[in-house]
Amino acid sequence: MRTGLLVLSATGLSACVTINIYFPAAAAEKAADKVIDEIWQVPAGQSPASSRHSAPTATPVTPSATPVTPTVNPESVP
Amino acid sequence: MMILLHNCSRLLQLFLHQGYQTLKIGAVFGCLAMFFATLPAYAAADLDVNTPAVAAVKASMQSRHLQLLPHYQSGAVGLTADGFVAVKEAGLVPLSQRSALTALVKDENADRARLYQGMAAANGHPEWEGEIQRTFAQRWVDKAQAGWFVQRDGQWVRK
Repeated sequence: MRTGLLVLSATGLSACVTINIYFPAAAAEKAADKVIDEIWQVPAGQSPASSRHSAPTATPVTPSATPVTPTVNPESVP
Repeated sequence: MMILLHNCSRLLQLFLHQGYQTLKIGAVFGCLAMFFATLPAYAAADLDVNTPAVAAVKASMQSRHLQLLPHYQSGAVGLTADGFVAVKEAGLVPLSQRSALTALVKDENADRARLYQGMAAANGHPEWEGEIQRTFAQRWVDKAQAGWFVQRDGQWVRK
């Protein structure tokens, strides 16, 4: 009888283990959001015209990325 | 007869007591087992993993996004309900670029399949691939920008 109950509780234990490995939906959603943001985020300086919400991060990069002003200087400077 | 009855009830009492003790032990062990079983489940509940394989797929998709972006905006390519992309309106792209567009979509979908599979494998649960794909499918559509085409109930809808 004791062994029978032990077997029963052992089955119960394994059932517990099986039940508890569930799919963490909330964590998956959070991870998906992070991955999507990483992939869809326009790399800074590459195409500032199409970036909408990443304007503050793009502004410090654009001056160095656009070498327009140096090309004008050789005209005036001897 | 009386003795037999007495013996019987004594036996029953013993049986019940024994059963109670075993149940008690079982309950304690059950609680302990549940505690330890939930620990790895909670530890694994962080799906945000970055294995080299997943990182490589993400980098590849990130660089491809610049090429796909104009097609999302024009409506040539849309986001499907199952977490992939598809050519929605090939006519919006010049004939000479159509094969390139098809290849772009094909490569993107291969990467997406690798991403879902890679994330499931990195968490030690390859069987989660389908669930991860479903989660992504929902989030791609939710996060799509206004003007992009997304698939809902088999229909293309402009966000």
